[in-house]
Amino acid sequence: MVVYIGFIAIFLFFAVTLYDDGFLTQRNLTNILLQTAPATIMAIGLVFALSAGEIDLSFGSIVAVSALTVAVVLQDYPLIVGVAAGLGVGVAIGALNGVLVAYLKLPSFLVTLATMGLFAGIARSMTDLRSVPVMNETFTGIFGSGKLFSLPSLVIWTAIGVGVGHLVYRQTRFGAHVLATGDNPRAALVTGIKVARIRLYVLMISGFTAGMAGLLYAGRLQAAKYTLGESDLMTVIAAVIVGGTALNGGKGSIIGALLGSLLMGMLNNGLILMNLRVSDQMIVRGLIILLAVAVSLRDSKR
Amino acid sequence: MSEQKNLLSLRNIHKAFGGVIAIQDFSLDLKAGEIVALVGDNGAGKSTLIKIISGVYTPTSGDIELDGEAISFRDASTARAKGIEVVYQDLALADQQPVFMNMFLGRELTKPPFGLLDKQRMREESQQLVDELDVRIPSAASTISELSGGQRQGIAIARATHWASKLVLLDEPTAALGVAETARVEDQIAKLKEKNLAILIISHSLDQVFKLSDRICVLRRGKQIGVRETKNTDKNEIVSMITGVA
Repeated sequence: MVVYIGFIAIFLFFAVTLYDDGFLTQRNLTNILLQTAPATIMAIGLVFALSAGEIDLSFGSIVAVSALTVAVVLQDYPLIVGVAAGLGVGVAIGALNGVLVAYLKLPSFLVTLATMGLFAGIARSMTDLRSVPVMNETFTGIFGSGKLFSLPSLVIWTAIGVGVGHLVYRQTRFGAHVLATGDNPRAALVTGIKVARIRLYVLMISGFTAGMAGLLYAGRLQAAKYTLGESDLMTVIAAVIVGGTALNGGKGSIIGALLGSLLMGMLNNGLILMNLRVSDQMIVRGLIILLAVAVSLRDSKR
Repeated sequence: MSEQKNLLSLRNIHKAFGGVIAIQDFSLDLKAGEIVALVGDNGAGKSTLIKIISGVYTPTSGDIELDGEAISFRDASTARAKGIEVVYQDLALADQQPVFMNMFLGRELTKPPFGLLDKQRMREESQQLVDELDVRIPSAASTISELSGGQRQGIAIARATHWASKLVLLDEPTAALGVAETARVEDQIAKLKEKNLAILIISHSLDQVFKLSDRICVLRRGKQIGVRETKNTDKNEIVSMITGVA
């Protein structure tokens, strides 16, 4: 699969060219892992949505709303309430998307395009564009800077997310029904699969993972702002596609999405270490993503 | 052997869509181990009838009896639960999934303690099923999109027979196939008789109908023109029944 080759190729390229800039240091590599954690979690949800033949464009806005919700709630309430509120908001927005798509039969592209704008606006108005600090140290420990057996919590969350995601996707009836729904909805329907319910659930999962990503952002940065998740849309979609998930459903990989996400993280990191201007970084990143997506789509057609 | 009981009885089935009458006063009995062919021109009502028997449509009036028991299907899944399976014209296969997942689509096997998919058992059972029907595929783990039209048709038929305990409905099973593949699929259908299933087949090919069926039922514009024992009729009679030209 292309993502493995691309992953190794980009890693080796940066390892050689950026050796003196410290690309290979443990600190830098750990940093890449920490920075990609939220994107990887979002990518897991997107794999489910795409595999069922739907798309979610709103997850970036959900990230911001969820992070702000956690930050605001934690000012007055204990940890558990904040976490529940943050994740709950994500699932609720996912359910809104899901109901519109599954039962009102609106195309998910348009529904989530609209809710993306809607909740980006709500995120802005929630705190009048202000950043909200997160003071709860238990929270920032669990979802940000903490460690367990010397493993950073963000790495643990990534591992849990990928592990559970992969298991559900590959080894459960639900996962099989998601793939069948995206592959051939009519076949799924006539064999008794509840296609509408699957569509609702995958968008709820995508909302949940976006909410989780919001928690991880708030934990790592110890603050929430409406801009969180804003720039993740392209990165996450690219990571998922490069990782071998089909845009039109029926095929995908959670492990591939993880590698795709790490690949995007390395790319970001390497371009920064190269001292490129932000504008140039965007151009180079865009071109590389274009190339990577083109190659993976070609690869998957065979 | 004593006279066999009817497995499926359709009595005075009537179906109208608004003011349009699709099926008018249709009656037919099917026995286990019997192949009945349903023939008629386009729009004669064959597919509507299949949809009524498989629970997709509810008849406007008339009775359906399965194994002597009056039934009314609310939807396709209740018909499935009663042992009626359909091989659709488009096959209803998920192309990017492996053969064994298609075979168990919507009815996947799981294993304790966590209820995860039992892929090994599904693979083995699928292999056994396709071998039984002599559908030659590279393996039960092959992806559907790698298979030929005849192999796909074979998979769809194997799936239906695996789950059908009583009746298999086949809608144009060889319409898209070449000569050699058609012959293979016809062999597979003939084997279903040995499993003591009742089979109702829609086909446009009279050669096929005469090769496979025990009885032929002719429909024209929603009306039942007649039912003939295949061995006591010929193509000329059937053609004139279909077209209405003597």
